[in-house]
Amino acid sequence: VEFTKVAADPSIVNLGQGLPDISPPSYVKEELAKAAAVDRLNQYTRGFGHPSLVKALSQVYERVCGRKIDPLTDILVTVGAYGSLFSAIQALIDEGDEVIIIEPFYDCYEPMVRMAGAKPVFIPLRYQNNGNCASSADWVLDPAELANKFNSKTKAIILNTPHNPIGKVFTREELQGIAELCIKHDTLCISDEVYEWLVYKGKEHVKIATLPGMWERTITIGSAGKTYSVTGWKLGWSVGPRHLIKHLQVVHQNTLYVCATPLQEALAQALWTDYKRMDDPGCYFYSLSRELEGKRDRMAQLLREAGLKPVLPEGGYFMIVDVSALNVDLSGVDENQPYDYKFVKWMIASKKLSAIPLSAFCGPETKKQFEKYIRFCFIK
Amino acid sequence: SIHSLSLSLQAKMSKPVQARRLEGIDKNIWVEFVKLAATYSTVNLGQGFPDFPPPDFLKEALERALGGENHALHQYTRAFGHPPLVKILAQFFGKLLGRDLDPMTNVMVTVGAYQALFCCFQAFVDEGDEVIIIEPFFDCYEPMVKMAGGTPVFVPLRPRTPKDGKLMSSADWQLDPDELASKFNERTKAIVLNSPNNPLGKVFSRGELELIADLCARHDVLCISDEVYEWLVYDGKEHIRIASLRGMWDRTVIIGSAGKTFSATGWKVGWTVGPDRLLQHLRTVHQNSVYHCATAPQDAVAQGFQRELELYGKPDSYFIRLPKDLQRKRDRLIQSLDAVGMKPIVPEGTYFLVADISEFKSDVPDVPDSEEPYDSRFAKWMVKSKGLAAIPLSAFYSEAHKNNYTRFIRFCFAKEEATLKAASDILQKWKREKTRP
Repeated sequence: VEFTKVAADPSIVNLGQGLPDISPPSYVKEELAKAAAVDRLNQYTRGFGHPSLVKALSQVYERVCGRKIDPLTDILVTVGAYGSLFSAIQALIDEGDEVIIIEPFYDCYEPMVRMAGAKPVFIPLRYQNNGNCASSADWVLDPAELANKFNSKTKAIILNTPHNPIGKVFTREELQGIAELCIKHDTLCISDEVYEWLVYKGKEHVKIATLPGMWERTITIGSAGKTYSVTGWKLGWSVGPRHLIKHLQVVHQNTLYVCATPLQEALAQALWTDYKRMDDPGCYFYSLSRELEGKRDRMAQLLREAGLKPVLPEGGYFMIVDVSALNVDLSGVDENQPYDYKFVKWMIASKKLSAIPLSAFCGPETKKQFEKYIRFCFIK
Repeated sequence: SIHSLSLSLQAKMSKPVQARRLEGIDKNIWVEFVKLAATYSTVNLGQGFPDFPPPDFLKEALERALGGENHALHQYTRAFGHPPLVKILAQFFGKLLGRDLDPMTNVMVTVGAYQALFCCFQAFVDEGDEVIIIEPFFDCYEPMVKMAGGTPVFVPLRPRTPKDGKLMSSADWQLDPDELASKFNERTKAIVLNSPNNPLGKVFSRGELELIADLCARHDVLCISDEVYEWLVYDGKEHIRIASLRGMWDRTVIIGSAGKTFSATGWKVGWTVGPDRLLQHLRTVHQNSVYHCATAPQDAVAQGFQRELELYGKPDSYFIRLPKDLQRKRDRLIQSLDAVGMKPIVPEGTYFLVADISEFKSDVPDVPDSEEPYDSRFAKWMVKSKGLAAIPLSAFYSEAHKNNYTRFIRFCFAKEEATLKAASDILQKWKREKTRP
């Protein structure tokens, strides 16, 4: 909220908030216009998700996951992935529970966990220098450190892959490690996979819910906003086993009850279009990531030329950048803030360019570790 | 390993996976009745939504929002409300309340009025707090209070028999002032007011609102004022906003709905209006639960309000045309029900009416020890065997009071002429079958 206000100034180039300024594909926009013209589609639809939408989602994810997914019991449509995170946490996390959050983290995880009366337990991704050009793959969890965070109070771990802000795409082995701990400690996994289609050459998005023993304990979250570059539609979904999804449905029926109809219908039609061509490279699920890979590489190049050190992301549409090498004099900026906050303020004022400081995505203990990084969004 | 997997499954079974806040709030009448209507009904007067379209000017506004070269309306807007919408809402409601409203701090947009209600209960109700709910009530109030850890305290509207054999009016259902006063104590955090009232259609009078306002002031209690049907008032009645009464602005959150205002329930755009000291807490809940609302529908609703501001009080105003149309439909349905022996309670507002089905009881025998209230069984039987969907009044009562009024069902009359005629045909045929020797 803080940074959006500052960057709303039109004279500033806004690479901060994760908001595409590329156009959504035209067939997506057309479907919404078509849906809005149908009288019945301007009134209430099914509370847990518009029938044609949950059907389309079940088909897409059956194919991706290789298992049967019941559209009525295994899926909940929510107001953005944000709404799915909220529903999952309110449904499954209780007072006194512990929830493991990997740092840096999408900033809403912490307040949502606290609002549920639970304790966030942080574990940082740690930079492992392998000598090559910095990549998001260099950031890893320490297995022993991770194992130590699990105990009898641990109710869930929140996983985000591809990861915001770093762009890390967790490998099958890394997910296996997390899965083993979840099974051993009977822990749930809330897997935020909103950037699931934005994975770059040579990388594979692996769904933790498809690993042995994990479907029964995982909620997988997706987003129309990120899939189709329509963040303003605010539609997301949770996919999981009936015995977990039913509790998210209870939260949903007691919070906002139903999501907007014409948007859901339009999304359903768009998903059918792409479902039918999932064997075709022209499918938007693949073509968007090809388009973004070019932008990623171009942005990384520009940053290097400016003397900054970008961390090349394997997925997502964000890139973190080490700004410490520039050694900018920030003594004029507010003393009490972390380095990256001060740097961004200075950059907005003197370079008319905005980004988000990485310490915004960290718990109190790790701010020092991440304060030389800022995050840029390149879906522009 | 198989061993650890089976241990984990055992462990899973010993403690419930869901949070305790879900206790007692998992049942929902709509899930069941919407399914029944979808399966069996030929004429659906159950769930509250119009079967006629939103007005052309609103549909055109959405078309314009989506059609332009500017695709910014497909991306995030301001989290607490799209600027054009909060600006016009501040202007419009400022005019109605006789106040200067700041769009940034006195207005917040929500995903339907439903989410506005959720934000209010989450923001204001804590463990141990009591919240007064007037029965019959829109069913979500109770589970929302419980989910926030609060205790709902119910006070009923009581029917008085009308004089001269006239049809009962929603105005005949009233609060007992002493009974109401007895519900307030030091634990009372808020009272939920819904005027015009769903399901009865009651439009609270100035005197009734002053009674409530007086108690709120005396006990320092907040008022959550659900006014989604604010434009749907009939027979020249006036919808009075409790926030305009002395001492109330500072302790009231007003809730409104584009779905009900513009006959577009599927857009899920709602709002809250109130003092910053209250709305700041709604913003906190909102930014941690939903954050942004969909942009394009907000933009179109803003344009709708712009038009209504310009036409305010004029015959072409949708806020004048719609209640006029609905009053005719109300009267049509009243006539159809009265003609067959179902006794309608004439609603002063909303697009619902409640009817006494005692004359038709013989079709559905009483089951003495049934857990399910009579009207619920009746409504289910009616949709399955007559194809006519309505909602039992007991759906709008707390568990403890579900059997207090079991001979009423609620009809929605925001329907096309053809639908109301079809309902009348079903009722006529049913009546003929009953009187056949």
